[in-house]
Amino acid sequence: MTVSERQASPGVVAGWGGISTLAVEHESEDLERVTRHVPLTRGLGRSYGDSSLPPPGEPVVAASPRADRLLAFDDETGDLTAEAGYSLYDLWDTFLPRGWFTPVSPGTQFVTLGGMVAADVHGKNHHREGSIGRHVQSLRIRVASGDIVTCSRQQEPDLFRATIGGMGLTGHILEVTLRLVRIPSPWIYGQTHRVSGIDEFIRVLHAARDEWPFTMGWIDCLAQGRALGRGVMFAGRWATPDEAPRRPPRRLPRPTVPVTCPSWVMGQTVARVFNACYYRLHPARPRPRIFHPEAFFYPLDAIRHWNRLYGRRGFTQYQCVLPESGGAALMHELLERMARFGAASFLCVIKDCGPQGEGILSFPMPGVLVALDLPMRDNTQQVVDSLNEFVAAAGGRIYLAKDALSRAEHFRAMEPRLAEFEAIRRRWDPEGRIRSAQSVRLFGDRP
Amino acid sequence: MNVVLLGATKGIGRAVARRLALRGDRLVLLGRDPEDLGRSAADLDVRAGRSVVAATVPCDLADPAGFEPALAAAAAALGRIDAVIVTAADFATQEALEADLERCRSLLTINFAHTVVFCEHARRFLLPHGGTLCVVSSVAGDRGRKPVVLYGASKAGLSAYLEGLDHRYRSAGLKVVCIKPGFVKTSMTAGLRPPPFAGEPAQVARDIVRAIDRGTPVVYTPWPWRFVMHVIRRLPRGVMRRVGF
Repeated sequence: MTVSERQASPGVVAGWGGISTLAVEHESEDLERVTRHVPLTRGLGRSYGDSSLPPPGEPVVAASPRADRLLAFDDETGDLTAEAGYSLYDLWDTFLPRGWFTPVSPGTQFVTLGGMVAADVHGKNHHREGSIGRHVQSLRIRVASGDIVTCSRQQEPDLFRATIGGMGLTGHILEVTLRLVRIPSPWIYGQTHRVSGIDEFIRVLHAARDEWPFTMGWIDCLAQGRALGRGVMFAGRWATPDEAPRRPPRRLPRPTVPVTCPSWVMGQTVARVFNACYYRLHPARPRPRIFHPEAFFYPLDAIRHWNRLYGRRGFTQYQCVLPESGGAALMHELLERMARFGAASFLCVIKDCGPQGEGILSFPMPGVLVALDLPMRDNTQQVVDSLNEFVAAAGGRIYLAKDALSRAEHFRAMEPRLAEFEAIRRRWDPEGRIRSAQSVRLFGDRP
Repeated sequence: MNVVLLGATKGIGRAVARRLALRGDRLVLLGRDPEDLGRSAADLDVRAGRSVVAATVPCDLADPAGFEPALAAAAAALGRIDAVIVTAADFATQEALEADLERCRSLLTINFAHTVVFCEHARRFLLPHGGTLCVVSSVAGDRGRKPVVLYGASKAGLSAYLEGLDHRYRSAGLKVVCIKPGFVKTSMTAGLRPPPFAGEPAQVARDIVRAIDRGTPVVYTPWPWRFVMHVIRRLPRGVMRRVGF
């Protein structure tokens, strides 16, 4: 089940990328009780960096996954109210067979509703549906004073906007009301095809916007020169009942990576071979077919503990969005920088984003988003610094849910919205009680 | 099947209730906190997609005077009770119990005396037409062991009672199912270091529901514990004295 997806050894709390701290997780069905005197609540720990780690001075964090009760569902509107630890994995089991699904799904189903709101997650349909915050109706939050506050667009709208994408720094999210969407079938009708370079990629993504609700691309970021930015384009929509297989989709098997691997496993050579094969596996011209929804939305969930492939030092992900106005030239520059550092990676994802959400610190903005997994090496800090300088100058920004290494000055340069966020946060938390390892690193909170 | 659950708002009980709700059983939830019971009832109804919880009734293992009225209210809501499942219990570490003898007395009373009294009441509701009484005991009751002397003793007494009850009334139609979970990752065990073969509540719930359906008198869950305890039960006293297990 969901809870076992976490990598918990007692006394250690870790992000998905492997960065960890000595701390205790207080987990309970009674989230209201365990959130009383702690600086932070975490969900399933799928944020890559230190977003879900407590600040160094207070090594205690509340954990929500056992608080997973559904409190109400309205099958007229689709409004689902649930405790914050309810996971997308569970939502799938309960609602997919009934023709309902989350309007926005991130790249893994091992996330809690609370975590989805805190990171204001986006998915393959960002160009249509925006990020999850747009579909959240209301939140119940334990704020720093200990009081429990319900907020929405009408009630305490500032707190609501700050909490969406606020990385859990405005208070402990206890309950979420999310509007689910009706789906015609649980299967995906979609297509994949090869794309020869970055310019074509941006063109193809834009062209697909109107036709396909779900789009994203995989880039072979080891290819250089003329092939720079070559990759595979994925597009899809929910299949109609006529197109879909009659049987409901069964859960796919999920083999596990049993042990932490040596670091060469995710090195240059293996990545080069993998990328070349993966590229050629896909057809040159689009060929529509039916996809299993789990394989389409969550390809990485197919392997349990895949983060162990990156070895003892772990990995990070560099995820940024570059503004639309910069055009393809910015993407060229970014990919060349990545290639220059030899930032070998299996996973490099590209996606075009729609309008910015209402969350004050919400990540996506109109433009092109890139996410690149980076194994932790001696030069990874330099790679991230260099990319951050470029992104800040270009007017882009980074995704806090993936970040482990950015410097405060770079983050501030990218975030003109920070002052507004901090003002609201201070109003609800004048003593600065609610904080994380990441907020100490980036926001200047006390450790 | 019409089922009464005591302790269904948390841990193993929550997982068992979900499993039963999904397959369409009708449930009555007994528990301490009315608000918490209401939230669990909503959870089960939403997950099942229809109303499966016939009633929620306050009932506290610390208060035996409430047992009979609570079961009567459950019987009234369900019409007839086919199974009673008890997952509620108290837990504390050996160190905590040794340090506070009042806490120790209360745990022993709740886990043994009051649970037995609850079962005696449940028996009367089940016997006329036959049914199943399923109670979660523990592997900790199988052998006196250093880390769980007191908690283990309470569960040893409970297991012995359940075995006797099964022998005495099986022919009259009362099936008694004694569940012996090994280490299960719930909020009860949060903060303890999970040993090998630590189980998840959902996995344990599957075994419990199967045992109820089949009327299996004793079930170890997760399954490796059956073999672990087979060995432990046969260890000579001298060996048990030396190991820390």
